[in-house]
Amino acid sequence: MVSKTLRWLAFLIAVTALVSWAALGANRGWTKTSVPVKKTDEVTGITVDDYQKRFVPGLDLLGAAVFGSALLAGLSFFWDKKKPETV
Amino acid sequence: MKLKLTMVVLVAAAGLSTAAPMDFDFKDPKGVNNAVFKLDAPLEAISGNATGISGSVSFDPAAPAATKGKIVVASSSLHLGNPMQLQHLKSDKWLDVAKFPEISFEAKELKNVKTTGDTTTADAAGSFTLKGTSKDITIPVKLTYLKDKLGQRIPNTKGDLLVIRSTFTIKRSDFGINPGQSEDKVSDAIELSLSIAGASAH
Repeated sequence: MVSKTLRWLAFLIAVTALVSWAALGANRGWTKTSVPVKKTDEVTGITVDDYQKRFVPGLDLLGAAVFGSALLAGLSFFWDKKKPETV
Repeated sequence: MKLKLTMVVLVAAAGLSTAAPMDFDFKDPKGVNNAVFKLDAPLEAISGNATGISGSVSFDPAAPAATKGKIVVASSSLHLGNPMQLQHLKSDKWLDVAKFPEISFEAKELKNVKTTGDTTTADAAGSFTLKGTSKDITIPVKLTYLKDKLGQRIPNTKGDLLVIRSTFTIKRSDFGINPGQSEDKVSDAIELSLSIAGASAH
């Protein structure tokens, strides 16, 4: 029972991480908490990256989530081993 | 006759006043002035900017070769999208912004000066200071003089603007920033790009 729950949990974590990562921009770089938005001064022509708060998960976070779920799934197999019956 | 003489003197004085070097203040009230930095790294290049720019440049449109000045970047204004990388960058192991609050470039001499219209390109020789270490370097600069344009940026103000752009590369090892260490994770070369505008009110 516990092993099954662990496997389901692992699956849920992996799927949630993958869907969130894809939905939030499928960023193939590092996780960011602010993103640059270009702003141009019309008189001088100078362009500046104006950082605005936004959470964008990167491959590092996705990797950690997938690794965590794989660990959980692996753990579930050890849990499943039946103990020898005692007389 | 007297009137003619007075007019000649006034015109000459006006000519002299426009030919004198002007001091441009680079503290930008609009927060557009910026320095972009980029370092190669696995997965993704580490790229960010700094907007805490200040400094002053003396520029004479009639003699751009005589341009001199100092631009200062506040280390605390450095920004990166990844908060952990930013924390590392500002820490005592990298830039130590608490101890070294300023990054600066002081232009002492302009070489290979070429002027076309309002635009001057040159190589600026000067001293670059990072993490308390100063090194003489020469960087390419592009100066654009925008006469009477200050009022368009800041209403009810009269004056000129000077836009300076420069892109150059430095090595962090030259400034004692973890020389020879972690080069597989963060490149030794740092690409810097400066886009700033200074104002001279009159």
